Amino acid sequence: MSTVQNLSKKQNAVAFLFLSPWIIGFVLLTLGPLAGSMYLSFTDYDLFTPPEWAGLKNYEKLMGGDPRYVSSLKVTLSYVFFSVPLKLGFALFIALILNRGLKGLGFYRSVFYLPSLLGGSVAVAIMWRQIFSYDGIINHFLWTYFGYDAPSWITSPDYALGTLVLLAAWQFGAPMVIFLAGLKQIPQDMYDAAAIDGARPFQQFFYVTIPLLTPIIFFNFVMQIIGSFQAFTPSYIISDGSGGPADSTLFYTLYLYEQAFTDFEMGYASAIAWVLVAIISVATLASFLSAKYWVHYGDED
Amino acid sequence: MAMTEAGTPSVSVDIKRITVKSKVRARLMMHSFLILFALLMLYPLIWLAVSSFKPSNIIFSDTSIVPRHFEWENYTRGWQGVAAPFNIFFKNSFVIATLAVIGNVMSCSFVAYAFARLEFSFKKPLFALMLMTIMLPVHASLIPQYILFNSFGWVNTILPIVTPKFLAVEAFFIFLMVQFIRGIPRELDEAAMIDGAGPIRIYFSIILPLLTPALVTTAVFSFLWTYEDFLTPLIYLTSIENYTVPQGLRLLQAARGASTWGPMLAMSLLSLVPMVIVFFIFQRRLIDGIATTGLKG
Repeated sequence: MSTVQNLSKKQNAVAFLFLSPWIIGFVLLTLGPLAGSMYLSFTDYDLFTPPEWAGLKNYEKLMGGDPRYVSSLKVTLSYVFFSVPLKLGFALFIALILNRGLKGLGFYRSVFYLPSLLGGSVAVAIMWRQIFSYDGIINHFLWTYFGYDAPSWITSPDYALGTLVLLAAWQFGAPMVIFLAGLKQIPQDMYDAAAIDGARPFQQFFYVTIPLLTPIIFFNFVMQIIGSFQAFTPSYIISDGSGGPADSTLFYTLYLYEQAFTDFEMGYASAIAWVLVAIISVATLASFLSAKYWVHYGDED
Repeated sequence: MAMTEAGTPSVSVDIKRITVKSKVRARLMMHSFLILFALLMLYPLIWLAVSSFKPSNIIFSDTSIVPRHFEWENYTRGWQGVAAPFNIFFKNSFVIATLAVIGNVMSCSFVAYAFARLEFSFKKPLFALMLMTIMLPVHASLIPQYILFNSFGWVNTILPIVTPKFLAVEAFFIFLMVQFIRGIPRELDEAAMIDGAGPIRIYFSIILPLLTPALVTTAVFSFLWTYEDFLTPLIYLTSIENYTVPQGLRLLQAARGASTWGPMLAMSLLSLVPMVIVFFIFQRRLIDGIATTGLKG
C-alpha cells in the first residue's frame, strides 16, 4: 500500500518536473499578466511613475469619450465581417473543386497555400501597398484595358480597408487545407447511398457534403474570427503605422499598440486589451451557441 | 431524402459512354480554371520578383513580366539598408528564430509528454487551462509582460522574444504533440517499464525518437512564425543594430522615395526567400500539420 502511494507520489513529482516550463510560463506570462492588465485597466499608468487608481475612468472613455477608439472598433468589426466570409468562401469553393479527384492535387494545394504562409509578413504588406497604390499595377491594368482612371486605393478612406480585406481573402489557403482534410473524411458510402436514392450531384452537395462538413466550417469560422480580430501587421504597414487615411485602417490592435507603446497610456491600453478579450470571448461564445442550430454532428441521427 | 427510381441497366451503358466524355471535358475545364486562378493568386508574388530587378523609375510604367535587363543595383543598394545593412537584420532574425525553434521543441515536448502519458494531480483542469490559452489573444497579456521584462532590464535584448518559447507559451504546439503521443502504442512504454525504465528514460529513449514528425512540424512553424513576427520585435527591439528583417524592411519603407522602390521591393523579396525555401522542403509536413490540428498557418 505505502509503496504504491510512494510510487504515485514519485510519478507526481516527475510529472510536475516535465510540466514545469509550462507552469512557470502560465503563471508568469499568462495568468499574472492577465490579472496585472485587469488591475492596470483601472489605473492611470505611464510606465515611469507608479500607477494611480482611476476607477472606471478608462472604461468610461471607451464608451464614447474617444472617437478614435470608436473608429478602430468599427474598422475592425467591418474587417472581420467582410474578410472572414470572403476568405472561407474562397477556401470552401476551391477545396470542393480540388476534392473531385483531379490530378495534381498536391501541386494546386501547395500553390494556393503559399499566400497563407507568407501573407502575414511585412514584405507581403509592402508588396500589397505597391500593387494598390495610385500608380500601381492594378490601376495600370484598369487604365490600359478599361480606360478607367481608378482612385488611389491605399490613400482613399473609402477603399483602403477594402485592400486589407482582399489581402486577407488572398490567404484562403490555410482554411482550404482544413476543408480538404474534412472533405476526405466524408465516407464514399454516404454519396453512394444518396446516389441510389436518386440524389443528383447538386442534391448530394446540399444534403451530404455541406451537412457533414459543418463541423469543419464551424471550426474554421471560429479560428478565423479569433485571428482576424488580432490582425496587426498589414494595417501597420499599409497605413505607415498611422491607421490612416482618416483612421480608415486603424485596426483595434494598432490603436492598442499606439496607446500603449507610443503614448505610454498603459492603463487605458489595458482597458482596450480587456475589451478585446471580452469581444473575442463573446464572438466565440455566440458561435458555439449558434452551433446547435446549424452544425451537424454525425451521431445525432 | 426523396426516393426516385435508378436508371434501368440497358440504357445505363449508353449513359456511361456519354458521361465519360463529358467528364473528360469537365476535368479539362476545371484544370484550366485552377491554373488560371493559381496564376492570379501568384501574380502579386511574380510581380514582386520581376519588379525587384527593374530600375526604380520604371517599376510602375513598365508592366512587362520579363525585365529588359537585371538591375542588381536594387539588391546591392537595398542590402545596405537605411541605417544598418541587412546582414545584421538577417543575423538577428536567424538567431531569434533558431532559439525559438529550440525553445518550443524542448519545452512543448516535455509538457506534452506529461499530459499524454503521466498521471498527476489536477491533470484535467490543467489540460483544460492549457487548451484555453490557445484561444487567448496575445494582447491580453502584452502590456504587463512588457512591464515585467522592462523591470528585468530586458528591453532592447532578444530575451523577451525568446524566453517565452522556453516556457511553452505557444500552447498549440503542446496540443499538437499530445495528439501525436496519444497515437504511439502504450505497449512500448510498458515494455520499457518492465525493463526498469522510469518516465524520464521512457521520454528520452522511446517517446522523443517516435515524436520526430511532430517535432519537425513544431520546428518549422516556430521558425516561420518567429521569423515573420513584426509586433514583438517592434515593441522590444529599440536600437537599429538589434532590428530583425521585418523591422529593417519597415525602415526602408519609412525612408521611401521614388528612388527607393527598387531596393525596397528587392529586400522584401529577399526576406521571403528563407520562408519559401522552408516551405518547399517541408510542404508535406506543413500541410499535414494544418490539416490535423487546424493551426492558424
